[in-house]
Amino acid sequence: MTVTTAPSPDLPAHARDFLALTKPRVMTLVVFTGLCGMLAAPVAVDPVIGFTAILCIALGAGAAGALNQWYEADLDAKMRRTERRPLPAGRMDRETALQFGVGLAAFSVILMGLAVNLVAAAILTVSILFYVLIYTVWLKRRTPQNIVIGGAAGAFPPLIGWAAATGGVAPLPLLLFALVFLWTPPHFWALALFMRSDYGAAGIPMLPVVAGELATRRQIGLYTIPMALTALAPWALGLSGLVYGVVALVTTAVFAGLVLRVATRTTGPDDKMVPEKRLFAWSILYLFIVFGAVVADAWLR
Amino acid sequence: MGKRDDEIRARQRSRALVLGLILGAFVVLVFAITIAKIKAGMAH
Repeated sequence: MTVTTAPSPDLPAHARDFLALTKPRVMTLVVFTGLCGMLAAPVAVDPVIGFTAILCIALGAGAAGALNQWYEADLDAKMRRTERRPLPAGRMDRETALQFGVGLAAFSVILMGLAVNLVAAAILTVSILFYVLIYTVWLKRRTPQNIVIGGAAGAFPPLIGWAAATGGVAPLPLLLFALVFLWTPPHFWALALFMRSDYGAAGIPMLPVVAGELATRRQIGLYTIPMALTALAPWALGLSGLVYGVVALVTTAVFAGLVLRVATRTTGPDDKMVPEKRLFAWSILYLFIVFGAVVADAWLR
Repeated sequence: MGKRDDEIRARQRSRALVLGLILGAFVVLVFAITIAKIKAGMAH
């Protein structure tokens, strides 16, 4: 890609532009699910080592975000939501973003390997490569199922957190991985339903743009079925207790109710998209509550 | 031209300050990790 989207900046980039490059808001969710994966593990972690592990997860996610923005500067310039990012706005040159991303990725993986353990470092490496190569470079511009693959990239932190504590993987963190993975499509497509015009302008094959609104609504409904089963699986399989089971049952039922409304309705051009916005808002809260319940349940047992 | 140089200097100075603080924090972190590893080693 040799597309230049903005004139080369005449000043060195500001420190806060490097921070913006790491997508700090995405990092919040990643840090939270990583922390929950670590705290749900049946092994006590030294606080300093635990902090380092979470720091490495955050830095790795930041590196992936920076590399994503390095690759997608041309797309970001076409969308109102992203046109103010450091690269499309011309506050930083692409070379700087690439060096920052690669450097940060290497730093996070090496620190994880030296201070925590090699399994956590290996999964962190896979997650960064997966997000940058498989999602950003390969699939995002090619398939309307792009967000499903992106969801897998976002689902790694609980696995990394668990591996940081135990040095391995187990059925419970794998279910948490699957939960975030299957949660992402309904979560993101609810957003895409009320934001669709922007993606159309950038030529990203978002499902509502390519397959239409009705197909998107059906897909939201379809992905919610395995998501709900996965949310209840830790309880059904005896990997977590009654506290988790009750919380998961109630919050997943609310989720399914909101999805049912979104999946079965049709809208006119002037629709306010209230059920879609409600589903999107609940989906974020839902993930926080369910992951919180995994930790609470592990501590109560 | 002199004003332009001043702007570049000011930007470099603020970046150096941030990087300095991060490096300082990293030194503290490595020290804390070392202590934690030694403690874990002694427990065995």
